[in-house]
Amino acid sequence: MADTVKFELVSPERLLFSADVESVVVPGTEGDFGVLPGHARLISTVRPGVISVFQNGKVTDRIFVEGGFAEVTATGCTVLAEHAIPVAEIQRDKAQQAIQDAREDVEDAKDDETRKEAQKSLEVAEARLQAVDVVVY
Amino acid sequence: MPSLKDLKVRINSVKNTQKITSAMKMVSAAKLRRAQEQAEASRPYAERMERVLASLAASVADRDGAPALLAGTGKDQVHLIVVMTSDRGLCGAFNSSIVRQARRLARDLRRNGKTLKILCVGRKGRDQLRREFGSEIIGTIEGVGRPRLSFDEAATIASRIRQMFDHDEFDVCTIVYNKFKSAITQIVTAQQLIPFAPGGAANENADPELASYEYEPEEDAILADLLPRNVGMQIYRALLENAASEQGARMSAMDSATRNAGDMINRMTITYNRTRQAYITKELIEIISGAEAL
Repeated sequence: MADTVKFELVSPERLLFSADVESVVVPGTEGDFGVLPGHARLISTVRPGVISVFQNGKVTDRIFVEGGFAEVTATGCTVLAEHAIPVAEIQRDKAQQAIQDAREDVEDAKDDETRKEAQKSLEVAEARLQAVDVVVY
Repeated sequence: MPSLKDLKVRINSVKNTQKITSAMKMVSAAKLRRAQEQAEASRPYAERMERVLASLAASVADRDGAPALLAGTGKDQVHLIVVMTSDRGLCGAFNSSIVRQARRLARDLRRNGKTLKILCVGRKGRDQLRREFGSEIIGTIEGVGRPRLSFDEAATIASRIRQMFDHDEFDVCTIVYNKFKSAITQIVTAQQLIPFAPGGAANENADPELASYEYEPEEDAILADLLPRNVGMQIYRALLENAASEQGARMSAMDSATRNAGDMINRMTITYNRTRQAYITKELIEIISGAEAL
């Protein structure tokens, strides 16, 4: 069996990332899961969070996604995400600003529907800030 | 007979037109290439989405409580037609063929006593449909895809449609657009968007092994998450196809316009030369007969 996982990150606009890697950690809706070669076939939704790519025991890439879904097979892992950005490119002050804006939106929401939408973008914004602040080890 | 000067002026004006059309053709060719690349780039996402969705849908559809986006509202009364055209003209039959298809669809629905709603994407479609279906047009979205079509634009349209659906404003949604086949062939397509109908091709592609997947959370929850995304994706795809078709149609329209202008110039140049010859002959005759008279 191959000792690498073919990891692909796809957005509607283009293929963002494609490489054979040692393992990836994907933020699933029901908890983070790591994908190593020989993983059981799995389809999961993805919550806003950071995908970590491991090479030689070290994190080589950290990519923030705003949700999507993942398809895992024994030899590969494909994440379909509408928006994705490398963590290194997130600007901290902008992320904070986004949280503030989202909070205001939640408060200003007139009906349940807009509130739900705003709540969702608040969650995304908070996850984005968290992605910047978490120390990589 | 037109004077030499008149002819010269006309030839020059046709020449100028030809310059413009050939420039437009080249611009379209460049844009077409870009649009095609973009469509190409969206394919992996669309394919995977479709595959997963088709098999998920198959396993959930027969059960009760399937999401409304998949099973529909159970009614068939109010139809929403999304007509996707371009904002600009001078692209051959591109817009009118879409409008023709939309009009036929709308008349059929009307005859069957359905309530009709029309959402126009692109100005040209609205302009052409306004006379017959003015009261049914509920909105127009303009300026899509400029300078570059992004997924966000499609997502905005999709969320508007989804919101209408959540508010029970329609039961069935169909999008009409041009599918790109080649620069000279585009196929007008009417595709049902809501409730989601997995295409025949999608069913064949359905991976039999998909049954062996584990789902996290349950299939229903994944489907509920996936279906709204799929609406956005389908619209994005239709917009991409449309953008490529528009440029293709414009390219071939401008190509034939350039060629026609060339033919016209040739014809007029011959007339010009003949007329000039006639003047010279006439003047010669005058001189000779004048000399003979002496």
